[in-house]
Amino acid sequence: MSNENQEVIINPRQSGYDPTRALTEPPMVRFILIALSLLFLGLFLFVPLAVVFATALEKGIQAYGEAVLERDALSAIRLTLLTTFISVVLNTLFGVASAWAITRFQFPGKNILITLIDLPFTVSPVVSGLVFVLLFGLQGYFGHWLADHNLKVIFATPGIVLATVFITFPFISRELIPLMQEQGPEEEEAGMVLGASGWQIFWKVTLPNIKWGLLYGIILCNARAMGEFGAVSVVSGHIRGLTNTMPLHVEILYNEYNFTAAFAVASLLAFLALLTLVAKAFIETHAQDEKIALPPAHEQSRTP
Amino acid sequence: MKLKSTGVLPGFGLTMGFTVTYLCLIVLIPLGALILKATSLSWGQFLDTVTSPRVLASYRLSFGAAFIGALINSIFGFMVAWVLVRYEFPGKRLVDAMVDLPFALPTAVAGIALTALYTTNGWLGRWLEPLGIHVAFTPLGVIVAVTFIGLPFVVRTLQPVLESLDPEMEKAAVSLGANRWYTLSRVVFPSLVPAWITGFSLAFARAVGEYGSVIFISGNMPMKTEIAPLLIITKLEQYDYAGATAIAVVMLVVSFFLLLGVNWLQARTGRHRAT
Amino acid sequence: MKKYTWLLSLLLLFTPLSFSLAETGKVTLLNVSYDPTRELYQDFDAAFAKYWKAKTGQDVEINLSNGGSGKQARAIIDGLEADVATLGLAYDIDVIAERAKLLPEDWQKRLPDHSTPYTSTIVFLVHKGNPKGIKDWGDLVKPGVSVITPNPKTSGGARWNFLAAWGYALQKYKSEEKAREFVTSLYKNVPVLDSGARGSTTTFVQRGVGDVLIAWENEAFLAVNELGKDQFEIVDPSVSILAEPPVALVDKVAAKHGTTEVAQAYLQYLYSAEGQDIIAKNYYRPHSKSATAKYAKRFSKIKLFTIDKVFGGWKKAQQAFFADNGVFDQIYLPGK
Repeated sequence: MSNENQEVIINPRQSGYDPTRALTEPPMVRFILIALSLLFLGLFLFVPLAVVFATALEKGIQAYGEAVLERDALSAIRLTLLTTFISVVLNTLFGVASAWAITRFQFPGKNILITLIDLPFTVSPVVSGLVFVLLFGLQGYFGHWLADHNLKVIFATPGIVLATVFITFPFISRELIPLMQEQGPEEEEAGMVLGASGWQIFWKVTLPNIKWGLLYGIILCNARAMGEFGAVSVVSGHIRGLTNTMPLHVEILYNEYNFTAAFAVASLLAFLALLTLVAKAFIETHAQDEKIALPPAHEQSRTP
Repeated sequence: MKLKSTGVLPGFGLTMGFTVTYLCLIVLIPLGALILKATSLSWGQFLDTVTSPRVLASYRLSFGAAFIGALINSIFGFMVAWVLVRYEFPGKRLVDAMVDLPFALPTAVAGIALTALYTTNGWLGRWLEPLGIHVAFTPLGVIVAVTFIGLPFVVRTLQPVLESLDPEMEKAAVSLGANRWYTLSRVVFPSLVPAWITGFSLAFARAVGEYGSVIFISGNMPMKTEIAPLLIITKLEQYDYAGATAIAVVMLVVSFFLLLGVNWLQARTGRHRAT
Repeated sequence: MKKYTWLLSLLLLFTPLSFSLAETGKVTLLNVSYDPTRELYQDFDAAFAKYWKAKTGQDVEINLSNGGSGKQARAIIDGLEADVATLGLAYDIDVIAERAKLLPEDWQKRLPDHSTPYTSTIVFLVHKGNPKGIKDWGDLVKPGVSVITPNPKTSGGARWNFLAAWGYALQKYKSEEKAREFVTSLYKNVPVLDSGARGSTTTFVQRGVGDVLIAWENEAFLAVNELGKDQFEIVDPSVSILAEPPVALVDKVAAKHGTTEVAQAYLQYLYSAEGQDIIAKNYYRPHSKSATAKYAKRFSKIKLFTIDKVFGGWKKAQQAFFADNGVFDQIYLPGK
């Protein structure tokens, strides 16, 4: 997407306008927008989070550590990480494949396909747990077959993974579709003309272009998979130390009136989700280093 | 532009095949089971279940609060995404990092934290209650909860598109004499519309079915602050699986057509932009 | 991607933990219970493991699952492999017998006292000093009194609360119609219907909503001890319901696991001297004479009626009061 020669053709001074000023809003507007955004985030995001962290640290760091390193908490952390890992990997593969099929080709029923991908969002978490019970529960459609073969799906890890995959199903796909739509297929087609193979185009052209969207998708999917409560609660069976994920462990602690420990584990979940953002920041700095190393100096004018 | 894409690039069979198979396994078969279960009711029973006054009231609350929440998110989420991508201010990285947290917090924790904030003795409640603004245990509380859980959607769908926008387009507009507002409204905003609509519809869809965070703050009063997913749970408590799935199927069908409309709208705006 | 490296290393870090659990020569039981029993069974399980080890030399590990009583019953029906079920009300176990046929329908006759080794009742929790002067059920319908109780549609405990209030009104006014009026005006005073009993306790204790909380006696004791001895006090009503949370062996599951013997011993141990002692320590009312005498001070004498006598059993009560369009739903019909 580089059309640098445009600048050479049109002399900016002809318009009698200072281009750097017209490329951003007046300082006053910028200030108001930032203030409004922070106010909104403050009210809806920071203050509720502050409640969580304040409660978590009420009894000091030591109580926090004890809550997080307790045996049942560790097994919940392990189960949550495993579930999240599987969900993110599966949904990343699906997200990339579906976005490619949807944005690079024309076919009838495309809108229906996109809407079907959205469906898991609209399904109440309660119901998304229920559907797997209807399928794999003892009274469910496949229940007897599973019982005869001594296979456990619900009230065991596979059920928890399935419910989580279902809940986070659309994230990466929906993050990539508008982005790839916006970018259009021209660059890939250029690669095609130059004789590159499909995989080469994907790795060399598509992936670098969509990396931000993919990353945001993974971050969202990861966060949501870790925090899912409703659906997992239906299929987990709530067995301490065996089928409790972190959110379920939080609920147990809360119901034991152990508010400090409950919020400590909840805040740990928040930290785990933040780790993906550290990864993002890391990649971002690297990407910026590359940019600066490359010629175009006018890039900086975008953000004064 | 769109016409050219047909059949030029490789990988259609592979990606489409994988997409459809995975979609069937994870989404369509399970949801099919849901619908199959609901069909064990006769048509009359089904209608009775889904049109009883309490169920209708709960639909109004669930869909209404979800809509308002998504609207709030789409306005402020746009602003937040813009500020995060375009401006510099101290603490930006931290703010950026925290936007995802509503997802990572278990919904129950979000509900508990919000309720703690907005009840009579909460940090915010003690200021709002004297003003006559009751948030906890009212429909307003439901809106607050669904706004919280849907917050990352609009921000995170707009951010990558904003980041990948070509600054040359804006420069070109400016050098052709456009002022800032004209540049924004004619060059920048149109290319954001698809992502913006996506963000709105995702936030909406997520909010419609939300259970964990809402039950703590809503108060669950029949006809007033009872959300549809709670009615599903009460049906399950009576082992009325068919009734529960009936309510779920109605929510599913309504959401499906709302989203289909949104996606259709988006496809249209996308095409406009391309010209 | 980079982030998976740490994820993987974390996973590897935790794997040894999971293998260390799978030892041989050890028997595992799963006790699927309702919400308020977690403290009770944590104590009891440790005591039983010791007793079983001494008696047979076998190590027993008891896994505990807690949740709303109805939800737990559904989980067992849908295949959660519980060796024993210890739920909040007999109806929930009846349904397991009826729908999944995992145990015989006459399960309640297999253990003493209707298979209820411990009982409880419904009492009031009020703010210290009882500022609203709440002494009995009649005070709950007074205007300006805000009552906290969970939603009977989703909470088993809330159903006991409802039936206790109904039973009081029925005894006082001797008429179904009056009882309905009484309960209707009581629920008019309820500003929040939490989905579970512990949610209601939190609403009352932590959020400061309401003047009185209707709760299980054991929950009220626990809330006072855990959350503030100097802030709350318990008020006993003149009459209340005898809450009987039953226990049962889930025959088919236990047979499949080969745990029938140890599961039966587990339930019987609840009736032993030590079991009854642990029960009383955890604020449940014990059955045995010795434990009752020992903890007589703790439990005040309230006139208690049973659900069988006043309502003809859980099945009938559930149908009449809590099913769709039952009495509870009618309270909230528009125009009332």
